[in-house]
Amino acid sequence: MKYLQLSRNAALAALSLVATISFAKENDPPTKKLADEIKNAGLTLPKGFSAESVVDSMGAVRHIVVDKSGILYAKLERRRVANGWTGVRALQLNGNAKATELSGFGDYTGTGILIKNNYLYASSNSEVFRYKLVDGKVQNPNQPEVIVTGLIDKRQHASKSIAIDDADNLYVNIGAPSNVCQERDRVKGSPGMTPCPILDSAGGIWKFSASKQKQSYAEGKRYATGLRNVVGLDWNSKENALYVTVHGRDMLFQHFPEMFDQKLGAELPAETMYKLKEGDNAGWPYAFWDQGQKKYILSPEYGGDGKKEPSQKFTPPVMDFPGHLAPNALLFYTGNMFPERYKNGAFIAFRGSWNRAPEPQSGYFIVFVPFEKGKPTGKWEIFAEGFKGKELIINPNDALYRPCGLAQGPDGSLYISEDNKGKIWRVTYSGQ
Amino acid sequence: MKLKSIIIALVVITATISFSSFQPKPDVMERGKKLYQSECLACHQADGRGVSRLAPTLIKTPWVLGDKKTLIDIVLNGVSGLEVEGEIFYNPMPDHSRLSDKEIADVLTFVRNSFGNKASAVSADEVKQRRLAKKK
Repeated sequence: MKYLQLSRNAALAALSLVATISFAKENDPPTKKLADEIKNAGLTLPKGFSAESVVDSMGAVRHIVVDKSGILYAKLERRRVANGWTGVRALQLNGNAKATELSGFGDYTGTGILIKNNYLYASSNSEVFRYKLVDGKVQNPNQPEVIVTGLIDKRQHASKSIAIDDADNLYVNIGAPSNVCQERDRVKGSPGMTPCPILDSAGGIWKFSASKQKQSYAEGKRYATGLRNVVGLDWNSKENALYVTVHGRDMLFQHFPEMFDQKLGAELPAETMYKLKEGDNAGWPYAFWDQGQKKYILSPEYGGDGKKEPSQKFTPPVMDFPGHLAPNALLFYTGNMFPERYKNGAFIAFRGSWNRAPEPQSGYFIVFVPFEKGKPTGKWEIFAEGFKGKELIINPNDALYRPCGLAQGPDGSLYISEDNKGKIWRVTYSGQ
Repeated sequence: MKLKSIIIALVVITATISFSSFQPKPDVMERGKKLYQSECLACHQADGRGVSRLAPTLIKTPWVLGDKKTLIDIVLNGVSGLEVEGEIFYNPMPDHSRLSDKEIADVLTFVRNSFGNKASAVSADEVKQRRLAKKK
């Protein structure tokens, strides 16, 4: 019933949104319609916001960061076997006009990139590097310091997203190379391992010094565990806390059709957002968060029946979302350009689902969660959409753009990147 | 003697052609489709095109249409780190050895003759041979 309510509310919201859009469009002459689409570079945004494309097709752009000098750094993922490939690209931003490429360096794949204390940090799938910046420019593109090395990379959930606090600590996500820690990964009927040995070296956030070189597991510390795969994470300086967004497990319907029907399997488990303290445990692989019941449910691989709760207490999320939407970037907005209600709230980029099949896929949008004093003050809302390029997505490969990165410009504008074609938008607010 | 070899060659060629144009039986395709939906669709999707980064396409690729042994082995043993036509895939394919020889034959026959693919059927015996080869 709760799911019904949830989907009814979502449907109503979607309907009213569609009604608003079509109302506006139907009353506009066709030329204006076209101009509007070009103006917002294909995106639908709340009133008063507009968007421009600053780059159209740079490749598999994962996370992005903008330096105060107006240089944007993008971390790219290697998607094909190829020579002469670069993993970090630097762009000079030119306001609403197209950006100009300054340089490319780093032959490693990966996702994480950030700037702290005049250093650019970028991660491969097993290391974290840093480069000294002078006036926003990288001084030593071929000789970065190796801050962290030797993290596990088994391809699945291998991206190492990064965040740095204000006390020189580096937080690195080490995703679990597994769906739910079964003896045989993703094999129907294979039981879950107790205790899950993966948690010793993955499935959590590890903490390192942000300035010491060549650290690995021995020098680091497991900060929080039970996190299957975090791709979005951000240090909230106001709350002095780490927030993360987690990709929940797959295959509830496919492996346990007697407990979860096709629709429930598409909705469950929730994608989640946590505020993490040291020592927190988010339940993976033993339990998953059910957004309808608002509680942890024991994983069927560990004796669950779809209703039983785990005996262990786990940290509850601060916000939950429908299943499989893939929250890939998290950004707390601290700028002054957007209206007051956006200040200190969270933007989340959802790359979009694949494990909702045969139900239609979902996600492919930017969400905003209003926050006050470090806690959400309301439900999540869609901030930007139009990335899919068409209404109904059955195969995720048909989505035009896959939102993956977020960054705040020095003027408070919001940059959105996507990793299918490598388009980057700049979103601004004028109130008009 | 020469004529005899030519006749033999012709017979072999004709047999090969008619074998490759063999239409799988409807009941095999029907069972294969059901198995595809429960075992394969989540990752390779309803249209068989797969998902970029995660699961490769099953359409007109030598992995599906080529040597049946390779294809059967992938289903029996699973595979990870596969690079298909230069594209890198991140998720592993689990093994499906719990399925019977007949079930694997049916689903592979379905995949080899769906989504625009056309190739010879896979028999339960061929699957059995690969399962025995694995045990050795």
